Amino acid sequence: MPVSSYLLPYDFSPLTLLSYMLVLGFYGAALLRMPEQDRPGSGRIVTFTLGVMLCYAVMQTRFDYYSQYMFFVHRGQHLILHHLGPILIALSNPLPVMRFWYQKILPSVRYWLQPLGWIYRILQQPFIASFLFVGLIYFWLWPSIHFDAMLSRQLYWIMNWSMLLDGLLFWWLIFDPRSPAVTNALGYGKRILLLALVAIPQMILGAWIVFSRGMVYDVYEVCGRAWPMPPETDQLLGGLLTWIPPAMMSILGILIVLRRAMHEDGKFPKSRSLAGGNA
Amino acid sequence: MIRIRLLWLIFLALMFTGCTGNDESWHGKDISGLMPELEFRLEGTDGNTVTPADSRGTIRLLYFGFTSCPDVCPTTLTDLRRSVGQLPEEYRDDVTTLFVSVDPRRDTPERLASYVDFFGDRVVGMTAEEPALRELTKRYRTTFGYDKPDSSGNYNVSHSSAVYVFDRSGNARLLLRPGLSPEQISEDLAQLARESG
Repeated sequence: MPVSSYLLPYDFSPLTLLSYMLVLGFYGAALLRMPEQDRPGSGRIVTFTLGVMLCYAVMQTRFDYYSQYMFFVHRGQHLILHHLGPILIALSNPLPVMRFWYQKILPSVRYWLQPLGWIYRILQQPFIASFLFVGLIYFWLWPSIHFDAMLSRQLYWIMNWSMLLDGLLFWWLIFDPRSPAVTNALGYGKRILLLALVAIPQMILGAWIVFSRGMVYDVYEVCGRAWPMPPETDQLLGGLLTWIPPAMMSILGILIVLRRAMHEDGKFPKSRSLAGGNA
Repeated sequence: MIRIRLLWLIFLALMFTGCTGNDESWHGKDISGLMPELEFRLEGTDGNTVTPADSRGTIRLLYFGFTSCPDVCPTTLTDLRRSVGQLPEEYRDDVTTLFVSVDPRRDTPERLASYVDFFGDRVVGMTAEEPALRELTKRYRTTFGYDKPDSSGNYNVSHSSAVYVFDRSGNARLLLRPGLSPEQISEDLAQLARESG
């Protein structure tokens, strides 16, 4: 097969392509037009682009084909859409870019965008955010729902987009660059707690898949695999990918948040009491 | 906090109504609305082009396989033959089995013809060049792949193990997973034949 066919989408989705082009386009345009002091450094730009391109690659290249017909590749796809890609995007701190575009929006339009803000704030309640984060993994891996999602083209796209959007919301909540001492961003202690909390159900689910004797996800057997591979091996690898990397990412996240908390320790003595009064 | 709890309740209620909405009257898996209607253009065993129009008005059973298949394909086709044989007599001619070979390199029209003849009169053998087969399998969200050939040139082919059932109008209705008995398949087919007969 020629190299180009590995880079072209297996199941072309114009809406997906357009979304990614808009995101990168708006990001690039803002970089060119924003004042020097706000502009993210090259490291952050690379991190952002890498995060976005990773997500694009698993949705709109040959990788998507293997994700549809191999359970363990599918788990790898969700690992990137729900964890790695959003983590990179959140860590790159695109806040100045978003602020830049927000200031360009007309006040009348901003008024109509308000409901989006309300939905966002509800979704970012720590309890709801972590429930959604774990809930979506369990929802799409529920055997009968997983079966339907892999059979129906629409459901499949809804599944992948919901994982990506939820990943972005959750990891943005965790790696929100604003300090909780001076803004109403989530406190570092709570962020660490959330990271530990969401790791446990993912480990349980992963271990359950790994140690299941029977076929849990028979849709790959029913629909044929991308290449002949023993179903047990496929399921074992998929279970391991559900179990170990997400747990490691939670720990990495905890370390990053801890480091930030230690850096800020004692930095905002006055405003801390102010923020405390508001909370 | 009360607002959060309320949202919780609404969410749970929605989840549970979603779970109980299933119609449990089929042995196979109901795929109405999940898959597109029957459409293909393949080469038949006599060299002619076969389309769904050739079997219009009958219930179509679509199955992907290959004639060198050691166990799954013969078992499935035998089960299908038996389940059609168990139908009430008036419906037996209303079911067409469409066997699509995903191994066009080995499955010549002659080989395919003698293979499908073995499994009954209303079995249609078809195949095509690989790109056309890829298109068709993609439409039904399935795939196939080839193993490396052994020293004597034999190779294994991975393919779907399920049978797609389309009603008389060509709408995707059921997916028969492996493990169903011919009796169960027969009941499903009879129910389908009655409803649109």
